[in-house]
Amino acid sequence: MKRLIALPFRKSLEIAYQSIRVRFFRSLVTTTSLVLAVAFLCYMRSCNDFAQGLLNSGDISGYQTLVKAGYDVSLGSDVIAASAKQQWIVTLSLLVCIVGIINAQLMSVTERFREIGTMKCLGALDRFIVRLFVLEALMQGLVGSVAGSFLGVVSALISSLLGLGTGILISFPWLALGFSMLLSIVVGTGLSLIGVIYPAIIAARMQPVEAMRLEH
Amino acid sequence: MAGKTIVRVSGVTKNFDLGKIVVEVLKGIDLEIEEGRYLSIMGPSGSGKSTLFNMIGGLDKPTSGKVFIDEVDIAQLDAYELAWLRCRKIGYIFQTFNLIPVMTALENVTLPMTFAGVSNDEAVEQGMALLKQVGLDGRHTHKPTELSGGQQQRVAVARALANSPAIVLADEPTGNLDLKTGEDIIDLLKELSSERKVTVISATHDYKMLNVSDQVIWIRDGRVEKIQERSELEIRTGGLE
Repeated sequence: MKRLIALPFRKSLEIAYQSIRVRFFRSLVTTTSLVLAVAFLCYMRSCNDFAQGLLNSGDISGYQTLVKAGYDVSLGSDVIAASAKQQWIVTLSLLVCIVGIINAQLMSVTERFREIGTMKCLGALDRFIVRLFVLEALMQGLVGSVAGSFLGVVSALISSLLGLGTGILISFPWLALGFSMLLSIVVGTGLSLIGVIYPAIIAARMQPVEAMRLEH
Repeated sequence: MAGKTIVRVSGVTKNFDLGKIVVEVLKGIDLEIEEGRYLSIMGPSGSGKSTLFNMIGGLDKPTSGKVFIDEVDIAQLDAYELAWLRCRKIGYIFQTFNLIPVMTALENVTLPMTFAGVSNDEAVEQGMALLKQVGLDGRHTHKPTELSGGQQQRVAVARALANSPAIVLADEPTGNLDLKTGEDIIDLLKELSSERKVTVISATHDYKMLNVSDQVIWIRDGRVEKIQERSELEIRTGGLE
């Protein structure tokens, strides 16, 4: 006898999408912390990209502008690296963000205990539940990271224009910016996924008998 | 009149370990439930009826003793087989309805069918038929919050029947409903059970249930106090009136 329980991928995608849409504001709050952290990461990198672009143009006035703006460059050097302090701040903001995501996802699991229990009573396997949560996190992560990286690039462009002048537009660092955005999106989506693993496992391990218990 | 035994409970005990003390909730229960009957488990709160109920539904494991569904010992099943059993063999109805709040009535009904591997079109078709059968024609796009308690329970009944299970387990299905709506749900369950030859087992302390039950199992203090057939019940209620 064939004893297989299935949840087609398209259907899980549908359920996950619906879950986010219905709890739009909760999802928005979860995603906002990610947007901000990713925006910060992307902003830091993009600012350096603009400065690098200016430096690469080989213009002496560009070099002077950089020094005036406080960049740590010496004549003859051709690389602007993120300072140790910058790296620390970005790392810290990403850490805070991941803790925030875990917290929000744990809340959302607790909120949905009954729903998860019911699904298990209807025959859902542990991995369906994990898959639903991971898909939700993936969608939130992608949307949040894309939004965050755009926010980061735009704010970096504005602040560089103000700080370094229009010189940065002459040697606009398309490639470097693109890479920075891609990296931010990958990091952001990764954070979102890491943040959901523990809550998803808790949800999946829940016994269906919990759904029967009376708690309003 | 002896039909096939669908549920067999033998020597089931259940202890809950509360750390300092161990509470014996079930103290050895033996039961045989025949296919296609409408059965009520009655008993006061704390008598262990919900616990027994969870054992029969494969939601909880007994401390000792065995539960057989369709002559399969459910303690022997692995996670996949247990999920299969819950999906195909058993339909659950809860006191608190437990519909998935983010899904429409129709999606709630088709979800177990999706788990069972039924194609989407077929599931929608069957789901609409089930909703019609429980009297919710035209309400399929409504979310649970847009339905009344009685209507939500009707959706839950349709969902429980989605994969044509052998057993429908109803845990105080009328507990959160008013008198009239509760009666409607009981009638609906009775009607569906005789129409589809489904075994309905409900845990309840709603005396309205007695009128439609083929058999009533009285639980008291973790033991089966008595099992009454419908004929005995009618004499008793007749005597009271």
